[in-house]
Amino acid sequence: MEYRFDKEELDQIEKIKARYPEVRPATLPVLWIAQNKFGHVGPKVQKLVAKTLDLPEAHIHGVAEFYTQYYKEEKGKFVLDVCTCLSCQVCGGYDILHYLEEKLGIETGETTEDGMFTIQQVECLGACGYAPMMQITNGVYVNHLTREKVDEVIEGLKNGKLPQFESKEMRKVNPQDR
Amino acid sequence: MASEWKNFEPVLIPDIANLRNIDVYLDNGGYEALKAVLGSEWTPSSVIGEVKAANIRGRGGAGFNAGLKWSFMPEPDGKPRYLACNGDESEPGTFKDRKLFEFNPHLFIEGALIAAYAMQCTTIYLYIRGEYIDWIHMMDRALQQAYDKGFIGENILGSDFSVDFYTHSGAGAYICGEETSMLESLEGKRGYPRVKPPFPAQNGLWGRPTTINNIETLANVPLVINKGADWFTSIGARNHPGSILYGISGQVNRPGVYELPSGVPILDLIHEVAGGVRNGKKLKAVIPGGSSTPVLRGDKLEGVTMDSDSLREAGSMLGTAGLVVMDEDTDMVDVLWRIAHFYHHESCGQCTPCREGTGWLEKVLLKIKNGEGEIRDLDLLLDVTTQMEGRTICALADAAAWPVRHTINRFRDEFEARCKRSTFATA
Ligand SMILES: Cc1cc2nc3c(=O)[nH]c(=O)nc-3n(C[C@H](O)[C@H](O)[C@H](O)COP(=O)(O)O)c2cc1C
Ligand code: SF4
Ligand code: FES
Repeated sequence: MEYRFDKEELDQIEKIKARYPEVRPATLPVLWIAQNKFGHVGPKVQKLVAKTLDLPEAHIHGVAEFYTQYYKEEKGKFVLDVCTCLSCQVCGGYDILHYLEEKLGIETGETTEDGMFTIQQVECLGACGYAPMMQITNGVYVNHLTREKVDEVIEGLKNGKLPQFESKEMRKVNPQDR
Repeated sequence: MASEWKNFEPVLIPDIANLRNIDVYLDNGGYEALKAVLGSEWTPSSVIGEVKAANIRGRGGAGFNAGLKWSFMPEPDGKPRYLACNGDESEPGTFKDRKLFEFNPHLFIEGALIAAYAMQCTTIYLYIRGEYIDWIHMMDRALQQAYDKGFIGENILGSDFSVDFYTHSGAGAYICGEETSMLESLEGKRGYPRVKPPFPAQNGLWGRPTTINNIETLANVPLVINKGADWFTSIGARNHPGSILYGISGQVNRPGVYELPSGVPILDLIHEVAGGVRNGKKLKAVIPGGSSTPVLRGDKLEGVTMDSDSLREAGSMLGTAGLVVMDEDTDMVDVLWRIAHFYHHESCGQCTPCREGTGWLEKVLLKIKNGEGEIRDLDLLLDVTTQMEGRTICALADAAAWPVRHTINRFRDEFEARCKRSTFATA
């Protein structure tokens, strides 16, 4: 596969560059554009980003390696990032992780044979009050996971249906406690 | 303070439908504070003076007076100066800044604009963790609305103040919440924290004066301008005034983010506000302000309130006011190991005490968790924590050390019970 940006993306990149006094700060945003387009930022994509920004490949490589959300190799169509950190841990995050492993027949870090799912374990995603939770492919958050909800989500994804964004309102103090 | 919180009406995120829409925000007095400071009644230094008097203590964890921090910026010299807004929100147990992004983005934007005016900044960057992609999009929309209405850009509202305002997405790295690491990340690099001094006010983004503030800190600013420092300091605890977005998670019946004054009794927060411990279980422990703040025993919470003074006396810190509640069945060894794993995973590796220390903590705790530890390992752990503290470029090493020291000291029996009975383990 040949990796290149089209005109629209190049225009977008020019706009991003204009936000900063020099070109290097565009590194993270442009890696994002690349990953959203190609699904990963492997060596060839890093090369493209380096060329587009006229920055050393070693710099782009170093940045891509440092940040966990950049995929350095191809992953499944859906990457399931299950939080097992503090609040999720005490609310059963590991049970959810193990249930997913069992259900999909793979271990954490692996991808199913059909290339549909990758399971990853991640650190706190800032959804601690809605634990246990996971994020799908750096996108939507799925909160308050139970085995049933996991079943539903996986079924949906198999049919290409991503869960919807769940708005979590501010909590109000219960009137009877006032 | 006692039960004063029961009648408190939220001010950071009031209960108004669609407040995220700029027209609704404007109908409810939005951007009046910005208009005021750009008018003839205020000067940059009088804004700084008022914010300093209000004593808005940084909501990002360190609790530093925001106005005082702004006053460290050098005199303008006609060259670029920056405000960097910290929306990295990655400390485990913390999930409150996203509420502002989602439910009252313009209050934060207005606060950041006032801060930029007060410090005469030329560009504002809003750094948001990459995982919050949906919230980044919300902020991009809100910023566009504010540009369209003339609150951001050239000659704002006809004044001679101009400023640009952009979001910048992270890509998964807790360390980028540390302020100098965030600057590195904004500059397009790996997030290695910088040695201080020089401090960002002298030498920040691209070597220029820069101030870093948390999102919630900045959201308080328009309130202070509109209602005055005296009003602000009358809310909540005297030494840490204002309202706070408390994030409550863990084993409670009604987890979530609640806005209440500072200084609420911690037991009221757990039992009344968050509906008590799940399944009628007993309260065992609480982490009061994110994973780095020392855990408190459930039986030692009488009289402890959510403010810096009371929590210090109790042996912890307010941090980000993200409470993690644990019930009687919680395994403290497992919890501590998981916290240690987090800090080891997130250490950037620049400093030996942090890189090696966090590794040791995790490894030894895993051994204890697996029932293969010995009692002397507990003392080894405590020893490692003292070797990590205060010897590193940034505070991540401290943040990793504190929970280990205090969880072991406060739940020592539980840790000992998991250790092998070695020959000299008579203690
Ligand atoms: C390891 C580490 C992680 C941090 N993470 C965050 C964060 O996610 N959000 C935040 O606002 N501050 C974070 N801080 C604190 C910042 O360094 C800084 O003090 C804060 O953003 C300043 O804003 P404030 O004074 O308004 O609180 C972190 C500090 C350390 C040492
Ligand atoms: S203390 Fe840890 S995280 Fe901070 S700079 Fe040193 S190695 Fe990196
Ligand atoms: S601990 Fe899982 S989202 Fe914070």
